Amino acid sequence: MDRAVAIDVSHLSKSYDGHLAVKDISFQVYAGEVFGLLGPNGAGKSTTLRTLITLLSPTSGCATIFGLDSVRDADRVRQLIGYVPQERAIDRFLTGREHLELLGALYHLRKDEARRRIGELLKLVELEAHADRPAKTYSGGMKRKLDIACGLLPNPNVLFLDEPTLGLDVQSRLKIWDYIRLLKTRGMTVVMTTNYLEEADQLCDRLAIIDGGVIKTIGSPLELKVGLGGDIVSLTLKETDKIPSLESALKGQPAIKAVRATSKGLDIRVESPEKALPIILECANRAGCSVEFIQYNRPRLDDVFLAHTGRRIEEVPASDGP
Amino acid sequence: MNQYWQEISALTMRWVRRLSREKFSMLFTLVQPMLFWLIFFGNLFQRAADSQVTQAPNYISFLAAGVVVMTVLNNGLAGGVDLLFDKENGFLERLMSTPIHRTSVILSRFLFVMTITSLQVLVILAVAFLFGVQPATGLLGIAAILIIGMMFGVGLTAISMAMAFSVKSHGDFFSVLGFLSLPMIFLSSALVPLTAMPGWMSLLAQFNPMTWVIDAVRPLILSSWSEALPHVAMVVVVMIVFDALCLYGGAKAFRRAMG
Repeated sequence: MDRAVAIDVSHLSKSYDGHLAVKDISFQVYAGEVFGLLGPNGAGKSTTLRTLITLLSPTSGCATIFGLDSVRDADRVRQLIGYVPQERAIDRFLTGREHLELLGALYHLRKDEARRRIGELLKLVELEAHADRPAKTYSGGMKRKLDIACGLLPNPNVLFLDEPTLGLDVQSRLKIWDYIRLLKTRGMTVVMTTNYLEEADQLCDRLAIIDGGVIKTIGSPLELKVGLGGDIVSLTLKETDKIPSLESALKGQPAIKAVRATSKGLDIRVESPEKALPIILECANRAGCSVEFIQYNRPRLDDVFLAHTGRRIEEVPASDGP
Repeated sequence: MNQYWQEISALTMRWVRRLSREKFSMLFTLVQPMLFWLIFFGNLFQRAADSQVTQAPNYISFLAAGVVVMTVLNNGLAGGVDLLFDKENGFLERLMSTPIHRTSVILSRFLFVMTITSLQVLVILAVAFLFGVQPATGLLGIAAILIIGMMFGVGLTAISMAMAFSVKSHGDFFSVLGFLSLPMIFLSSALVPLTAMPGWMSLLAQFNPMTWVIDAVRPLILSSWSEALPHVAMVVVVMIVFDALCLYGGAKAFRRAMG
């Protein structure tokens, strides 16, 4: 069954001062999903996001949001979206409630409608008790909650979150994750950028790995991990001289995809650990190998990133674009 | 139209709220021009200034017009600062991602800066009054001073906003601001008449729009309508050109920064 497309990005490029920040990227976001742009600083995530929310015009290519062009129909696009910027875009002198009232007027809400929504949102993000305090007295987590409430005020069809938990403590991060999950259950389309692998893994239905302004791969976290070619069983053997014989005994066995010798044993890529483990142990028995240690690893998003970009996400030097 | 007004009034209200919560800043903004320039400078040079040269009964009455226009200058040139901070902390981006008319942010700032400047000008004239300076052209003259001040302020605020949207950091902004404001004051008729200046300074001062503004405001305070009217007519023409140029530059910088 075809899924409704919320966002369609086609051959989008964006350059600043001769530097190509995003190079010919294309992807679709389906209605009701949480879509992630995962990549290190300077990968082009924020540039892509800012183009989608009409703040930047593409150098070439185009993006549509619910069929509306991000440049030609910018005014109508802005009525459909909510945006939570990367920086804590908070006026420290205004109270939480005043932030929401200001945005209520900018989204042209009637006063009673604005008041109702503001009450609901303050309750949702648990800021009711602090709503009338200036934002300068808020903690980082509270500011982020207010940011999210501001993004949700227009009751948007799509919510864009730029690095929603950057710099937050663990507790606040988990809270923000809960909100995002809640929005998904309400059917809201969410597009977020992140450079946290765990965040992308936990929250995103699908994600695009972006590096150097190019999309390297797109898929659900599970698809991407499975796409690497199965789980890995690592054996540590007591007698390392028996490694070659066990290696040759395992090759060609059902449920075993690849075997690679390591200094202390073998790394065995398997289709299904349930089927492969008895076979591995049987072969080790027959070859007279004593297994000292067995470790079973499911590929992580980190491995996916490594496989597609040739480096780990934390190894990438920060070179943030404008 | 209704929505446009809803946006502008909400954004202007934000500036008002900010100012009301920065009580010290508000106090110093208000007090500084009258304390430093009018009261200290005016009284300090009372005897040193030759009334034959200033063509005024005393130096404070001569200086009053200068202080009024200096206040417009300083407020105007600083008018874009808050937008610069909004740009730096992402608040401007948040505003621009909402379905507002792109000009609402700018217009709210003009409205706020002009209102605060007008109030300050009234306070300065009131303090000058306490030192015996009675505006010669009465209430109508005060209204004319406010209108001229606003015309000058619009152009200056546009320059300030253009800078706010163009500079890379607020350090650059304040450097340019510091570089602009004092030479603008010294190379104008704010502190001494052009006739008393060295030739080269007087020549440069004639190209300073501030001089034209002061030359219109001063007779409104010191002389009479008949003497002031030609200067007022002239400054209106100069200000229309000045504002048009500044607004054009400001709009260009805004479009470049905001897409």
